[in-house]
Amino acid sequence: MAALAEQLETTELRPAVAGRNPWALAWRQLRRNRIAMAALGLFVLIVLLSLAAPLYAHDVAHIASPLSPNLNGTTIVHGKVVPVMQEGGGILKLGESPIGPTWDIGHYFLGADGIGRDVATLILYGGRASLQIGVTSAAFCCIGATIVALIAGFFGGLTDTILSRVMDIIWAFPVYLLAICIATELLTNTNGFQVGPLRVTATSLWTPTAIIAFIYLPYVYRPIRGQVLSVVNKEFVEAAIAQGASNFRLIFSEILPNVVSTVIVLMPLMIATTILTEAALSFLSVGVQPPNVSWGTIISDGQDLLYTRPWVSLAPGIMIVLTVLALNVLGDGVRDALDPRAKVRVR
Amino acid sequence: MLTFVIRRTLWTVVVMFVITVVVFFIFFKTPGVDPARAIAGRSPTPQQLAEIRVQFGLNRPLYVQYARMMKSIFIDRNLVSYSDQGELVIPEIFSAAPATLSLVFGASLIWIVTAIGMGAAAAKLRGTIYDPILMILALIGISCPVFWLGQVVNLITQGGLHRSVFSWLPALGYTSFATSPVKWFEGLIFPWITLSILYIGLYARVLRANLLEVQSEDYIRTARAKGLSEQRVLLRHTLRTSMITFVSLFGLDFGALVGGGAILTEVVFGIHGVGFLTYEALINLDLATLMAVVIFGAFFIVLANALVDIGYAWLDPRVRPT
Repeated sequence: MAALAEQLETTELRPAVAGRNPWALAWRQLRRNRIAMAALGLFVLIVLLSLAAPLYAHDVAHIASPLSPNLNGTTIVHGKVVPVMQEGGGILKLGESPIGPTWDIGHYFLGADGIGRDVATLILYGGRASLQIGVTSAAFCCIGATIVALIAGFFGGLTDTILSRVMDIIWAFPVYLLAICIATELLTNTNGFQVGPLRVTATSLWTPTAIIAFIYLPYVYRPIRGQVLSVVNKEFVEAAIAQGASNFRLIFSEILPNVVSTVIVLMPLMIATTILTEAALSFLSVGVQPPNVSWGTIISDGQDLLYTRPWVSLAPGIMIVLTVLALNVLGDGVRDALDPRAKVRVR
Repeated sequence: MLTFVIRRTLWTVVVMFVITVVVFFIFFKTPGVDPARAIAGRSPTPQQLAEIRVQFGLNRPLYVQYARMMKSIFIDRNLVSYSDQGELVIPEIFSAAPATLSLVFGASLIWIVTAIGMGAAAAKLRGTIYDPILMILALIGISCPVFWLGQVVNLITQGGLHRSVFSWLPALGYTSFATSPVKWFEGLIFPWITLSILYIGLYARVLRANLLEVQSEDYIRTARAKGLSEQRVLLRHTLRTSMITFVSLFGLDFGALVGGGAILTEVVFGIHGVGFLTYEALINLDLATLMAVVIFGAFFIVLANALVDIGYAWLDPRVRPT
């Protein structure tokens, strides 16, 4: 007994390897990945810039209502007051073209769009909508798909067959066309859309969010269901069953923790995909609706000005590329840190 | 194998049926949405709405409406465009299909060749600076919104440099191959490149990861032990195995692009294919055209998926479910 006690004591005293949970290990791994951290930094910077949109509009650009048309406005270039919408060339002075980039941070830095709004301010406001839709729809999509995948994988049998088949059918639709269909239906209905107590107006940002979250459900469902199936028959689940654990406990405290890492690996890649999808839908005029703006709607507006004022569409596009690139790099880093063997392909 | 093919085919038919039902419900039974109002366009009178209900059979029972709709799409092919009365939808879709097919075929040729080159080069050059450079390029390709990339390409080729370097380029639009093969090629070369960039990035990454995974397999070691040259190991053994994944991915993406995924490229470059038709229908709120396009697009994707599954099972007996 004494010997055993002594042994126990020495084990206790041994400078033990500090116990770290797998999350801490993964985080340490991610922190060492300089490229991924740079990407995270860039993404955070873009988020902060977008959040600062009202600050920029009021204190730097001095624009009272950045989202409303400003056809008769003036601004200052090289100390001279000039109209935002400039008269067209030629003798008749037909047609107006918005002012081009002044490269002066306080006065129409990137010029104006077709209705005289400051493009730089619009991009910051557009970033809010794009990021909000991207992040929330990816989150809804991942949460929804995880719940369905847990139920399908855990109960198996008929439940699994039905849920998987439903997902297969959503998968079979062309992504953009399905989104276009749903959007057209929802947007023609100007009174908004009522689901139980939830009421969403047609021009709300929640309409594209819900559509995008819905169409990507199967893309997240498939890998997570596979993950659930691979743990559902493991010994620790059997042990929990032997202890008399309820289904609820089995699903949420035995199986869920083992699939969360896959969800987290998918999350940045999903946000990248949803941001691109939102931009595409807005470009096709079925995404974000006026008076809201997003990067996609600015690019869409810039289409008409492409050859005269290219920065109207170039600048928001560059923002999208930077954001999505940062998220993809970050996603690669998160995958390497958490689950290097994961085969993840969102699109 | 035969059972698998039969089961897969049956399931394909079921999926197609469900798709038609789902699309029908999206268009005619979305809660709180009145299809007559959508058909009528902006601010209709109550009388117009009533006329439309009768004309389109919206006052009939649901299954009759569904059957009428499917009959006019698949059997009579006389579905009439809602916004442009008199225009038949189905022939319009079929006459737009060659443009989309030209676009997707050309782009897929470019992306397959380039992606194999890039992926194989990156895997081969692992450990050198070229591997990360290639992969960053691939990642940038994946991160570009295709419509924006198209605008940038247009800005360069139709705007800034149109008078000098790109003076040979025709204006935006599609010329059919039968009219003039040279014009067809010239009009499509930049849309092809633009559309393929995303897929070059995706496929190069997938291929590189796959090649690296396969490289540690025993049979590759055996091939090396036999004294085969690295070149031969790469071409005949590693690349060949990776092709299975590559081909199945290709089938899915090809199906998705023809089935409506090329809409953004078509809109930016003004190529009057199925995607452009969808876009016009969307702008005019022409639900009949939209519905038909979605149904045909989804059918194409379902068929492509089925072919991929069957092909995959044929190539690799391990995945063949019983």
